[in-house]
Amino acid sequence: MALLEIKNLHVSVGDREILKGITLTLNGGEVHAIMGPNGTGKSTLSNVIAGREGYTVTQGEVLLDGKDVFAMAADERARAGIFLAFQYPVEIPGVSTSSFLKTAINAKRRAEGHKEIDAMEFLKLVKAKTKELGMADDMIKRPLNVGFSGGEKKRAEVLQMTLLEPRVAILDETDSGLDIDALKVVSDGVNALRSKDRAFLVITHYQRLLDYIVPDHVHVLVNGRIAVSGGKELALELEAEGYAKYQGAAA
Amino acid sequence: MAVTRETAATVKEIEQYKYGFVTDIESDKAPKGLSEDIIRFISAKKNEPEWMLEGRLKAYRYWLELGDQEPDWAKLHYPKIDYQDAYYYAAPKKAALASLDEVDPKLLETYKKLGIPLLEQQMLAGVAVDAVFDSVSVATTYKKKLEEMGVIFMPISEAVHKHPELVKKYLGSVVPYSDNFFATLNAAVFTDGSFVYIPKGLRCPMELSTYFRINEKNTGQFERTLIIADEGSYVSYLEGCTAPQRDENQLHAAVVELIALDDAEIKYSTVQNWYPGDAQGRGGIYNFVTKRAACRGRNSKVMWTQVETGSAITWKYPSCILQGDNSSGEFYSVAITNNHQQADTGTKMIHLGKNTKSKIISKGISAGHADNTYRGLVRIGAKADNARNYTQCDSLLIGSTCGAHTVPYIETKNPTARTEHEATTSKISEDQLFYCRQRGMTQEEAVSLIVNGFCKEVLQTLPMEFAVEAQKLVGISLEGSVG
Ligand SMILES: Nc1ncnc2c1ncn2[C@@H]1O[C@H](COP(=O)(O)OP(=O)(O)OP(=O)(O)O)[C@@H](O)[C@H]1O
Ligand SMILES: [Mg+2]
Repeated sequence: MALLEIKNLHVSVGDREILKGITLTLNGGEVHAIMGPNGTGKSTLSNVIAGREGYTVTQGEVLLDGKDVFAMAADERARAGIFLAFQYPVEIPGVSTSSFLKTAINAKRRAEGHKEIDAMEFLKLVKAKTKELGMADDMIKRPLNVGFSGGEKKRAEVLQMTLLEPRVAILDETDSGLDIDALKVVSDGVNALRSKDRAFLVITHYQRLLDYIVPDHVHVLVNGRIAVSGGKELALELEAEGYAKYQGAAA
Repeated sequence: MAVTRETAATVKEIEQYKYGFVTDIESDKAPKGLSEDIIRFISAKKNEPEWMLEGRLKAYRYWLELGDQEPDWAKLHYPKIDYQDAYYYAAPKKAALASLDEVDPKLLETYKKLGIPLLEQQMLAGVAVDAVFDSVSVATTYKKKLEEMGVIFMPISEAVHKHPELVKKYLGSVVPYSDNFFATLNAAVFTDGSFVYIPKGLRCPMELSTYFRINEKNTGQFERTLIIADEGSYVSYLEGCTAPQRDENQLHAAVVELIALDDAEIKYSTVQNWYPGDAQGRGGIYNFVTKRAACRGRNSKVMWTQVETGSAITWKYPSCILQGDNSSGEFYSVAITNNHQQADTGTKMIHLGKNTKSKIISKGISAGHADNTYRGLVRIGAKADNARNYTQCDSLLIGSTCGAHTVPYIETKNPTARTEHEATTSKISEDQLFYCRQRGMTQEEAVSLIVNGFCKEVLQTLPMEFAVEAQKLVGISLEGSVG
């Protein structure tokens, strides 16, 4: 069975239709990249899958392991294994990154019927992962995302993904704002998580990322529709030619 | 279990007020109402010396003169209190027991339900506990150890007999009987409370703690606490309370007086979660408290921390009179109001001595239809050269039907003084909530986490074991406040 199936998804905000029939199947082990001009609905797609409020699904469905995602609250979806690395990570003043991480890990563990993570075990785990991601040790003591640089915020998203081990990870422009070294570190983090029972949906504007995280499929989202799908070479072509050709076709 | 029929009928509310239950220990109570006879009865019950009775009667007569002039400047609305319709004395059957074995097992059961088993607390936390159940202390522990160090920690009714010179000297010296309507009432009818004296030069090695319970129907609670830190001493005192689920409003008018002499330091922490009333605003405790500290000595220091989550009405301004040169006062407050709760709380920092410093950090959280007011006064006297104050008031709103207000008063009579005031008002954002929920947290966990973050600066001033309890309370008291 497919891990995540998006079938003929139509989504509106107010009177305006933003997604106009998206169909996409993510199987275990696959990495799908979504590219497309600004404002075409990439974040909308991520948000709707993750369960953000304010969107109206007018048609279609999304299934996780065959189960209706729209029947679940946002936190249930998360505990079922949907993870969204936010395009704009949110600041939570006064809440240390480590206590946020612990709360998130424990929410998942409880749902799975495990007991809460041991404090020592948690520290060891987080230390190891922050090191892998090239994050400073004292980072986890700071309030989550407060005063983090753009790149630090993105790393913190990947850290969370690594710790929560999702089944479907959606990365919404996680590469934006990363320097070359960070891009490599973050990509290594993603690649380390690639496995046959996990799928990735990677949203990006830059084909460069796809040199590091090599996708199985590339989709071009234009005007709320997938204008074209292809392999990795499609990203290279887009880089050279831009979206003009598809914008015409999609309209 | 001794859950009454009415409470059983409102299971849902009990769910919301997790500590709601009523114990049925029989009370030995005075008839309803207030009169000289009742005051004589209370005094006689306590076997008080003449000077105590005189003090009470003086206060009572003054209170009569005040008529029904309750203070009305706070932003609080509640029906008129009928002072003749309350009981002013209730005592558990047995009193002043030597060991826990003698304590009414039902009382111990009550503490268990509250999650504060005395025995465990003693052993694990090394906390000395003076438990006030209704109006009379029934269990005093760790007394021996403290006694050896010269610490006096006992019910104030006992201190009246054992240390009359200290009580005479200090009782009413910070909050005089004529201070305000509720303090006057308290001076007339107070039944018990804690007395603490820390001798010169001693850093009291354990936290002193009192758990107050209001348990007898229609029994106004009038605790009286007096803490004296002699020169160069230090003490940390914890006050925590939680009350049973009930229907009628209960009046509570406590008075707390702190005195810090030269180089002495007192840290006074409160977690208050009395019954706040139901979701419609029925019932709940009326909490009119006068708490004041006199930093009498040079370099003395008092730090108030309060976490106010309960009560239908909170009227409370723990204050510091900074008399001694270089003395300092700090006030850290979290006040949470949900449903129809109202809180008007803050502090007064009265700078009299030179180089006196004060710091005020107030975090108000308002949800449902609640109203939350910070009211604070910083007064710098003419002789308070180089006085400094820093005030920060942050309000957090949850939903759009609640209110938050900040009313700072600053009066400066000395040109060398410096005061700073910062205030913010914010809302829990949808973005924050969604972010947390996307990480698997329930709505309630998310609210609790975000609000705890907002309050962190205050909560981290609490002693460790109290901080954990307070963090949980913050979550519990806001359950059902979002979505
Ligand atoms: N909550 C909302 N209210 C109003 N309009 C919205 C809302 N969410 C999305 N939109 C609109 O829908 C369109 C798609 O937005 P979306 O954020 O999904 O674009 P995107 O493809 O992620 O763009 P970018 O590459 O710039 O991140 C935009 O025009 C945006 O303004
Ligand atoms: Mg976007």
